[in-house]
Amino acid sequence: MIKLIGVVIILIGFIFKLDTIAVVLTAGIVTGLVGGLSFNEILSTLGEAFIANRYMSLFLVTLPVIGILERYGLRERAAELIKSIKAVTTGKVLTTYMLVRELAAAFSLRLGGHVQFIRPLVYPMAEGAAEINYEDVSEDELEIIKGYSASAENFGNFFGQNVFIAAGGVLLIVGTLSELGVEVTPLAVSKSSIPIAVTAFIFAVIYYRMLDSRLSKRLAEKEDKAERGAK
Amino acid sequence: MGAILLEGLYIMAGLVSLVTAFMAFKDSKHPTRMGTTLFWALLALVFIVGKYVPAQLIGAVLIVMGFLTATKQVNFGSQKNAEESVREERSKQFGNKLFVPAMSIAIIAFAVAQFTPLSGLVGLGFGAITATVIALVMTKVEAGYIAYDGSRLLQQVGSASILPQLLAALGSLFAAAGVGEVIATGISGVIPQGNILAGVAAYCIGMAVFTMIMGNAFAAFAVITAGIGMPFVYSQGADPAVAGALALTAGYCGTLMTPMAANFNIVPAAILETKNKNRVIISQVPFGVVLLGAHIVLMYVLAF
Repeated sequence: MIKLIGVVIILIGFIFKLDTIAVVLTAGIVTGLVGGLSFNEILSTLGEAFIANRYMSLFLVTLPVIGILERYGLRERAAELIKSIKAVTTGKVLTTYMLVRELAAAFSLRLGGHVQFIRPLVYPMAEGAAEINYEDVSEDELEIIKGYSASAENFGNFFGQNVFIAAGGVLLIVGTLSELGVEVTPLAVSKSSIPIAVTAFIFAVIYYRMLDSRLSKRLAEKEDKAERGAK
Repeated sequence: MGAILLEGLYIMAGLVSLVTAFMAFKDSKHPTRMGTTLFWALLALVFIVGKYVPAQLIGAVLIVMGFLTATKQVNFGSQKNAEESVREERSKQFGNKLFVPAMSIAIIAFAVAQFTPLSGLVGLGFGAITATVIALVMTKVEAGYIAYDGSRLLQQVGSASILPQLLAALGSLFAAAGVGEVIATGISGVIPQGNILAGVAAYCIGMAVFTMIMGNAFAAFAVITAGIGMPFVYSQGADPAVAGALALTAGYCGTLMTPMAANFNIVPAAILETKNKNRVIISQVPFGVVLLGAHIVLMYVLAF
C-alpha cells in the first residue's frame, strides 16, 4: 500500500496547486524510494524515460511559424471568420462554433480560447440571437447562455485535439503505453480518436438544440404571464 | 533513416529551446532572467546531447529544473507580439491565406505517416519546416523573427511544456516501483477478473474521477493506465490505440465536470462575469456524464 504514496503526493500537490513539475518529480522520487530503488536508479530511470519520450515535446519546432503567423494576424483572421457565422438561434451559433473549434483543434490550429473568442465574439452572438428571437431576455437566461457559450469552446477543444497526429495527448498515450510495454503508433491513436470526435459533435448538436427549446419554453412562459397580467 | 531524421528533429527542438534561453538572457526587463535562461538552456541540452550522456545526469538535470520551477524562477519576459492595429491590417491584407502555412503542418504530418514508411513525428518536422518556409515567403518577414517569435511562444507556454514528457517518466518510475500491481490487486477484489465490460467501465470511470480530483487528465492517464488499464483492459486483448485514445478523452469528460480544472471552467466563468462561479460546470455536467457513458460503449465495441 505504501507504494501508492506517489499517487497521494500527486493528488495533494494538484489539489493545492503546488508547482506541477516539482510535484511530479517529488512523487516519482518518493515512489522509487519506497519501491526499493536506489537514488541512482531513480535518477537513471527518470533520465532514460525522459530521453525516450523527447518526441512528446516536438511541438517546439512548430512554435516559430505559429508565432510569425500570429504577428501577421492569424487570430484576427479567425475572429473575422467566426463573426461571419450566420445562425438564427443561440443553439445554432454554439453548434457552429463547436464544429469550427473542433476542426481547428484536429488541424492543431490553436485558435480558440475563452478570452480570445468566447467573451468577445461567441457569447455576444449567442446573446444577440436570443434577443432577436425573444422579447425580454432576462438576467437568468443570459446566465444560462454564458455557461453554454463557454462549454462550446471546451467541447470542441477537448474532443477534436487528439485527431491531430502529434497532439500532446496522442503522444502521451503512445509514450505511457510504451513505458508499460505496449507499442502503438501516433497515427493509430489519432485515427482512433475520430469516433469520439464525431460522437461529441453529434451530442453537441442535440445538446444545443435542447438549449434552444429550453430557452423558447422559458421565454414563451414569460410572455404568457405578461399577457395574463395585462388582463 | 527515420531514426536519424528524428534525432535531427530533436536537435531542432533543442535549438528552439536554446534560442529561448538566449532571448531570455538578453531580455534585460525579464523578471527572473537567470533562472529562465538556465531552465531553457538545460532543456536544450537534454534535447541535443541527451542521448549521449549518462541517464543519471539527465535525471539530475530534471531535478535542477524542478527546483527552478518550484522557486518560480521560470517566467515570461518582455517579448511582444505586433501591435493590434498592425495585426488587424495585415490580417485583412493576407486574408485566409494565413491558414495555409498553419494547416500545412498537420496535413503534411498526416500524409507522411499515412503514405510513407516514415513516422508522423518525422512528418511533423517536415510540416513545420515547410510551413515556416511558406510563411517566410508569404509575409516577407525578416528571418530573425523565426527566433524571436519561437522563443516568445515557448516562454508563454512556459515550464508546463515539459509536463507530458515528465508524466511519462513518472509512469516509468511507477512501473519500476510496482505501483500498478498494488492498484490492480486492490481493484481485483471489486472488479471480476476476466469481465471485459467491467474492466472497460472501471478504466473510463476511473479516468474521469481521477481527472476530476486532480484537474489534469494527463496525470490521471499515467496513473490509471498502469493501475486499471493494464490488468483489466489491455491484458484482455484490447486494441491499445482505441483503448488509449478513449481512456484519455474519458478523462476529458471528467475535466468538464470539475472546478479543479480552473483554466477551463472557473476562469471562463469569471471572464464571462457569471453570477454563479460554477456556471460553466453546471452547463457541462449532463454532457460530460452522457459522453462518459458513450466512451464505455465505444471502448467495449471498438477495442474488442
